[in-house]
Amino acid sequence: MATAKKAAEQSNLPFAYTQYSHEQLRDVLRKMYLIRRFEEGAEDSYMRGLIHGTMHLSIGQEASAMGICMPLTDEDQITSTHRGHGHSIAKGADVKKMFAEFFGKTTGYCKGRGGSMHIADVSKGNLGANGIVAGGIPIAVGAALSAKRLGNGKVVVSFFGDGANNEGAFHESLNMASIWKLPVIFVCENNGYGMSTSTARSTAVANIADRAAAYSMPGVIVDGNNFSEVAEASHAAIERARAGEGPTLIESKTYRYRGHSKSDRNRYRTKEEIEDWMTNRDPITLFETELKEFGVIDDKGIEAIREDVAREIAEGIEFAKEGPMPEISDLAQFVYTEEVA
Amino acid sequence: MDAAVRELSYSQAIQEAMAIAMEADERVILMGEDIGVYGGAFQVTGDLVERFGPDRVMDTPISELGGAGVAVGAAVTGLRPIFEFQFSDFATLGMEQIVNQAAKMRFMLGGEVSVPVVMRFPAGSGTGAAAQHSQSLEAWLAHVPGLKVIQPATPHDVKGMLLAAVADPDPVMIFEHKLLYKMKGPVPEGHYTVPIGKAEVRREGRDLTIVATSIMVHKALEAAETLAGEGIDIEVIDLRTIRPIDRETVIESVKKTSRLMCVYEAVKTLGIGAEISAMIAESEAFDYLDAPIVRLGGAETPIPYNPELEKAAVPQVPGIVAAARDLAKGVR
Ligand SMILES: Cc1ncc(C[n+]2csc(CCOP(=O)(O)OP(=O)(O)O)c2C)c(N)n1
Ligand SMILES: [Mg+2]
Repeated sequence: MATAKKAAEQSNLPFAYTQYSHEQLRDVLRKMYLIRRFEEGAEDSYMRGLIHGTMHLSIGQEASAMGICMPLTDEDQITSTHRGHGHSIAKGADVKKMFAEFFGKTTGYCKGRGGSMHIADVSKGNLGANGIVAGGIPIAVGAALSAKRLGNGKVVVSFFGDGANNEGAFHESLNMASIWKLPVIFVCENNGYGMSTSTARSTAVANIADRAAAYSMPGVIVDGNNFSEVAEASHAAIERARAGEGPTLIESKTYRYRGHSKSDRNRYRTKEEIEDWMTNRDPITLFETELKEFGVIDDKGIEAIREDVAREIAEGIEFAKEGPMPEISDLAQFVYTEEVA
Repeated sequence: MDAAVRELSYSQAIQEAMAIAMEADERVILMGEDIGVYGGAFQVTGDLVERFGPDRVMDTPISELGGAGVAVGAAVTGLRPIFEFQFSDFATLGMEQIVNQAAKMRFMLGGEVSVPVVMRFPAGSGTGAAAQHSQSLEAWLAHVPGLKVIQPATPHDVKGMLLAAVADPDPVMIFEHKLLYKMKGPVPEGHYTVPIGKAEVRREGRDLTIVATSIMVHKALEAAETLAGEGIDIEVIDLRTIRPIDRETVIESVKKTSRLMCVYEAVKTLGIGAEISAMIAESEAFDYLDAPIVRLGGAETPIPYNPELEKAAVPQVPGIVAAARDLAKGVR
């Protein structure tokens, strides 16, 4: 690795192209497509009334999820947010079981009890999305405390949005992670808005990463739509965490294309702003262009990925439709570990 | 009632009440997450920001503890804030300021201050929003002396009770069931109040008293109509306020019907039904009871995402009908 890195530095290649094989890079593209098509599929199913409740789509933020998760092992853990489909897939979840969860089936990751907002895959280290803004941040710090005490070498990533940086839980968590030098990486996916409120209106600092100084940890800003840049920051933070040097705050600047949730009049931002991000800064398009430029893939290869992803999504939806609904008599199942009268 | 009375939805009625309060009193301000241009998560504040400006319709950052505390501090010092929690579930984040500060400040300071803050909590299940966005936590707050806790069930009442809350010198917590927001009903124009602490008999009957709160009032009325067809005559009381409880109305009704059932959406155990039952057991109405009291409340589980499980987790009309029939006929 180290020699590859050196060679790359000389050749001026972006980080990811020195770190990952072509096969790995093609798989990153595939997964970015998988995230996007999964969310489009979920949105479509929602419109048709196959899914109830609400959902928050991360379309436009795929590079951030993939860049952060790429250096993580299956043993490493994450906590996620209400906008957590991308994190889940990037951490290795099977879209079949995600769709099944959205359809409320027992074959879903949460056996139909959680839905979109609580999607989790504990087997792959995803400790769960969260309905409470900033709710997952202290939990990640707790998981990092376990990792340190148990000496198991795990690192933990806590994903959260820009809006979460104004909750007390955020500040308390960063402080504790820092004083105890815990192996946790705080990843703020700054998409410019917490629901309708821009960071300029909600937050007293220009960059969320500026908050890091108050808690004596590095604060790193990356272009969240550039896979390689995100991955590079993630690698550095994970290395620091594994070395016992403590936490890092990464601010990944990105954008969500869709409204906040199912209903959103987009009154707080302009059409031009949305279109600008979609046409000029789309993370998948940018990555594809780069991959082609560096000879990692050609148009045929991209087409093959798209087709393969479309098949996987279609199969996932079929799997979800076929699964059984929970029994009403099982209403109180999972409330306690052992049944309580 | 006046034939010219218009129909408004529950959320429009809240909005109108807030507008009237703001017109009448410069000190009234609204605070909450996304209540400005977004209009509130449930569009309750709607376009009020256009009318009153962002200095009086204030978007807060996502900071429930701080936001609630700022509202409390402002209330103590001359403003009349109406603070919206985006979902009642987030009361958990604001709890410190509500329970330790707002509820106790007047008492601890020997009556030197009062805390005229109003807090609004969109509550309840039925929207598929799962375990952290569907709770009914009103009994938590009703357990705290110093707070007043109301659950208006109709557009008429929510307007009048909100205006009463704004005029009230003490902290008033309003729990608004999210499924009521679209419900329409007659709402008089202009300023009026509906008293806090007063229940309303929604339907008179001889055979059985149902004490219900919030959306369960409507379900209980529907059940009562069904059972009327079977010759069972049910009295339905809309409790409206859960702290302080209108003891008299409930006790008088039970003395008349000799049978009591409580219906509420919050988890059954240790909830408002327990309080009403104990209140009757402690009162002169106890001697009038012809059958054990029945409580219908939420299941002992968080609210599940799956729609069928979600429905099964809270009382529904068929269940109320069956339980009321059994109770009225003495079958247990
Ligand atoms: C404690 C809490 N407050 C408010 C909400 C309602 N809410 C859900 S998401 C959201 C905006 C979050 O913004 P951000 O953290 O930037 O994440 P994004 O939605 O942009 O991904 C709000 C206000 C909530 N779920 N939890
Ligand atoms: Mg955001």
